[in-house]
Amino acid sequence: MKTRIAGAALTALLMIGAGYAALFIAPTDVRQGEVYRIMFFHISCWAAMFIALAVSFAGNIAWLVTNRLKWDWLGVSGAEVGVACCTAGLVTGPLWGRPVWGIWWTWDARLTTTFILWLLYISYLLLRGLIEDPQRRASLSAIFGIFAFLDVPLVYMSNRLWRTQHPQPVLFGGEGSGLAPVMLKVLMVCMAAIVVVMTLVLTDRYRLERLRYELDELRVEIESRAEEGNPITTKGEG
Amino acid sequence: MKNFQFLFTAWIAVWAVFFVYEVSVARRVSQLRDEIERLKQQLRGR
Repeated sequence: MKTRIAGAALTALLMIGAGYAALFIAPTDVRQGEVYRIMFFHISCWAAMFIALAVSFAGNIAWLVTNRLKWDWLGVSGAEVGVACCTAGLVTGPLWGRPVWGIWWTWDARLTTTFILWLLYISYLLLRGLIEDPQRRASLSAIFGIFAFLDVPLVYMSNRLWRTQHPQPVLFGGEGSGLAPVMLKVLMVCMAAIVVVMTLVLTDRYRLERLRYELDELRVEIESRAEEGNPITTKGEG
Repeated sequence: MKNFQFLFTAWIAVWAVFFVYEVSVARRVSQLRDEIERLKQQLRGR
């Protein structure tokens, strides 16, 4: 419990530090003014999403190889947290695009592939809700998850491969790209804050899946005892 | 500050998404824990 409180306090400090750095330490952009500061959280959300979906992908592959349910739990946890990060990115993107481009949205390669990615992982989560049998659910969703992950490199490469309304990459973008050193440091702090938050949420989401399994096991045990003629009664039921 | 409303909304939106999601996960964890505890008591009480 103490570790959890210490972890939460450190995360809160990191979040406050990231907010302060993004709003007050990073210099004003010559062309965009103050609104460019959205970038620090917008890019960080995408970094966190890529990590969460990579975790999901690894979980999906590991399930198909080992058939151990803990990998399925990791797969669904990564996917759901990835969807949350993607949602945050899809919300902040238009809020940055409107003042800079003059439009909320456009169907260019980067935005379209990202929107498709969001839809794919929403479908992944919906698919899981439709299948009762845990083994079958894990296998089908793992296959679908691997298919959905194919869009991740496409999203990453889209503004490198095609001409897009979305700006060219500021990180790993090659010659002519990049950020001023102070901006880069602030971006790293913000990225660290969001990735730490994402990791904590992912850990909680994994715990949720483990508890679901535990609950199912208990229900099976109670049912099997009832079938044996030893029904379980609660206090007050006689 | 020009376009401050966009910056402010984006800032709030990011933390709101994570906060709402974390609260939803924590609530589901708490419900499951209660349910597991109830079933364990049933098993012990037979």
